[in-house]
Amino acid sequence: MTQHYTDSILEVRGLKKYFPIKTGVLKKTTGFVKAVDDISFILRRGETLGLVGESGCGKSTVARCLMKLYDITQGDIYFNEKNIANFNHSELLDYRMMVQMIFQDPYASLNPRMRVKEIIGEAIRVHGLSKNRSWKEDVKDLLNTVGLRESHMARYPHEFSGGQRQRIGIARALAMKPKLIIADEPVSALDVSIQAQIINLLDRLKDDFGLSYLIIAHDLAVVEHISDRIIVMYLGNIMETASDKDLYNQPAHPYTRALLNAIPDVGGKKGGNQRMLLKGDVPSPINPPDGCCFHTRCPDMFSLCSREKPEMVEISKNHWVSCLKYKR
Amino acid sequence: MSSETSMIVPYVNHKKPPSLLKILRKIWDLKLGLIGGVIIAGMLICAVGAPLIAPFNPYEQDIMERLLPPSFLEGGSAKHLLGTDSVGRDTLSRIIYGTRISLIVGISAVLIQVVIGVFLGLFAGYYGGKTDSAISFMVNVMMGFPFILLAMSLVAVIGPSLQNIIFALGITGWPVFTRVTRVETIKLKDSEFVLCAKTLAFSTMRILLKHILPNLLPSILVLGTVEIARAIIRESLLSFLGLGIQPPTPSWGMMLAEGRDYMLSEWWLAALPGFAIFLSALGINLLGDAIRDIVDPHMRKS
Repeated sequence: MTQHYTDSILEVRGLKKYFPIKTGVLKKTTGFVKAVDDISFILRRGETLGLVGESGCGKSTVARCLMKLYDITQGDIYFNEKNIANFNHSELLDYRMMVQMIFQDPYASLNPRMRVKEIIGEAIRVHGLSKNRSWKEDVKDLLNTVGLRESHMARYPHEFSGGQRQRIGIARALAMKPKLIIADEPVSALDVSIQAQIINLLDRLKDDFGLSYLIIAHDLAVVEHISDRIIVMYLGNIMETASDKDLYNQPAHPYTRALLNAIPDVGGKKGGNQRMLLKGDVPSPINPPDGCCFHTRCPDMFSLCSREKPEMVEISKNHWVSCLKYKR
Repeated sequence: MSSETSMIVPYVNHKKPPSLLKILRKIWDLKLGLIGGVIIAGMLICAVGAPLIAPFNPYEQDIMERLLPPSFLEGGSAKHLLGTDSVGRDTLSRIIYGTRISLIVGISAVLIQVVIGVFLGLFAGYYGGKTDSAISFMVNVMMGFPFILLAMSLVAVIGPSLQNIIFALGITGWPVFTRVTRVETIKLKDSEFVLCAKTLAFSTMRILLKHILPNLLPSILVLGTVEIARAIIRESLLSFLGLGIQPPTPSWGMMLAEGRDYMLSEWWLAALPGFAIFLSALGINLLGDAIRDIVDPHMRKS
């Protein structure tokens, strides 16, 4: 399978990331945390792809593998049809320019000892990205773009609120003039009112800068507004991939239905007493269940589920599900 | 105490004004730092303005007035406030000039320690693995070695002079800085802003020096002041053993050594430079504590 989707900016094939567990004095590897266990997806040019799942399901690990912050255990990642594992130094630099990340915690992702103009402008200065003018002009433009003022340039991060800090983080990513932005839970640390502002800002920037997004969230309501397609992850595996409309209107996987049911709604239009809530906890990724990894909590579980690992099945156009109910 | 009451107590404390004891204690803490600051300021003035402050030339001998006791003891004269030594040199002037040696040695040696120690600590902490094992092994070997043996053999080989003393102290004292820097770097290297610097394609050197190092400066500053005090004491120790500053240059440690022969009759010859060493080390430590309190409120005594 070497054929690539020509409209994809990013293609992930069979990505696995296992973290070794080392114990004892000799640091012997006694097991692995299977943070990401064989996932594949594509991200089309100009698309916003949402990646949703519970805490600890491997979403952030996927992001960090894509950013080459982790060495991947197995699998391939193609950016513009080139395998990022084979990049030489200058290609890697190009990749870093074109793919940028927005971090989850706006308090931890800004260096407390640097001024805003340094945080945003350092990359412009170091990589010589400003053309025919001072890098400070670029920083001013970026601050305006993300809704901050030029007078904020000389301030330190601790003088800003969480939402403002996240705007600084976005400006820093934009400074590299990227094509793809990976946002790892960009709003989960913010107040609900600020969340909407940041999501709207991201949506606007996408058109202005011709970006593609991979937006990671644990809250379906957050990605609902902005995503074209959504991937649902559970315990390092992809459960369902669908356009946002299909996912909301015809959720196929029991896990997706449970996630949708968990969104609190005012007015009870979904019918309060029919709410399906999952029981139990997420199993340990060190010893994931045999067969379908969701079978321990699945309300629709049948005998085959604990024995056979389901494959991705396309139930309608671009709507893929990993569930044995849809086999054949 | 039940969990219910322990949850309420801090809330109540917030509303209560701090007790008198606490206020007094804070003033006392501040005062100690102030005392340290005054001692250091005095040392700096003595070091810089030695020719102006010292009443006599520290090298000038006067056989007629040798072994005079300080003026506050019986038989002392107002001319030589702290008396004279065995060849009639004015002790006060020599102590004032000795401040220069102590400060130069203390500060320069610590600068060398910081440069070596911080660099190795950054590399050990950031790269981990074999680099870390190698550097940590070096640190453990250096720390296990008796300082005096190492410095003595080093000075014996390269010869005693001011530069060589500084070199010997600098080259033996860096492991503490490596330890502190290494641990703090390990804490920071997986923080989001460092990961972000990686995604911005910055070089490792830039990440270490511009993103990690500035966050370590408070700890290094605090450790540095304490280490200056230690370097001063160690210089005195080397000079006392005859491996440090060579006569006739006035150094506190050497004056202490010279006074040793007269310990039973003219005890002040050894006691006065000893007191100078004690006072300077105390001052620097007090100031270091105060700086720590200012830069790191978490470590403040409650």
